[in-house]
Amino acid sequence: MLDRGTEISIAIPMPRIYFEDFVPGAVTTYGPRTVTREEIIAFASEFDPQPMHLDEEAAKKTMLGGLSASGWHSCAIMMRLLYDGFLVNAASMGAPGIDEMKWLKPVRPGDALSVRLTVLDKREPKTRPELGFVQFRCELLNQQGEVVLDSAYPGMFAKRNRGAAE
Amino acid sequence: MKFFDDIRIGDLRELGKHQFTAEAIKRFAASFDPQPFHMDEEAARRSHFGALCASGWHSTAACMRLIVDYHKRLAAEMIARGEQPAKIGPSPGFKNLKWLKPIYAGDTVAFASEVIELRPSGSRPQWGVVRMQTIGTNQKGERVYEIENIAFIERRAA
Repeated sequence: MLDRGTEISIAIPMPRIYFEDFVPGAVTTYGPRTVTREEIIAFASEFDPQPMHLDEEAAKKTMLGGLSASGWHSCAIMMRLLYDGFLVNAASMGAPGIDEMKWLKPVRPGDALSVRLTVLDKREPKTRPELGFVQFRCELLNQQGEVVLDSAYPGMFAKRNRGAAE
Repeated sequence: MKFFDDIRIGDLRELGKHQFTAEAIKRFAASFDPQPFHMDEEAARRSHFGALCASGWHSTAACMRLIVDYHKRLAAEMIARGEQPAKIGPSPGFKNLKWLKPIYAGDTVAFASEVIELRPSGSRPQWGVVRMQTIGTNQKGERVYEIENIAFIERRAA
């Protein structure tokens, strides 16, 4: 319940997507979003300052053969694509973790990344009737259709019929 | 970094601590994960988290920074002793990342890792594959974060 008189400083949209709305087998694609050289270097400067993420010349001498985004930057971009794609409208309760993440190919400056989300399975914990887990496969694809990142994780979503967390 | 050949299962590394400020939590979230519980104290208070907390991807990024800084310190110490540090290659991925508890604004998390598996790379004979479990513990001693990292580490020349 909201306290009356409490000023809400940011707008929280009413969720439209609940646990019940996910269908195993469904595949959706969100994006693309272009990754710039400046973004790659800015993220790496703060979180992953290794030569292959910071400097073209130094990156050429590494196993990746050229400037490429930190794998953690790719994960963060995937998160943003998921947020803009559907989490903004969903009764999301976060995720307990990531089962597996494979960084398959480097993400280069100028790459246009899309996310392909597959609903694998759903489960309803008996101890927490207000929510359910949706098991996803989540892939990040570049503009050539190559899978650069492949992951599996469970998302937690409130149930429409039990009311949202609020 | 030590060479693959000098690393042993059970080797422990204290990676360091990171404090997650409200400002940094919101700044990361604004770029990558603008869910209300990572963006705004009031919205977070009304969510199931109960207070402003960091994006899970913020915790992974902060942990990576500590790992990189740790390796740079280790390399500098090795060079100072006249030793050659080993190269670290790109990681093929990770497994079993667990955001066990929220990391709230103001929390300080200490990260540490332990080597759990060593094997030579099948396709790249100059590299070895090192699997590590890294854990994060907050200032109350609660384990908040777990991950199994994988890294390519250079082997000594035969």
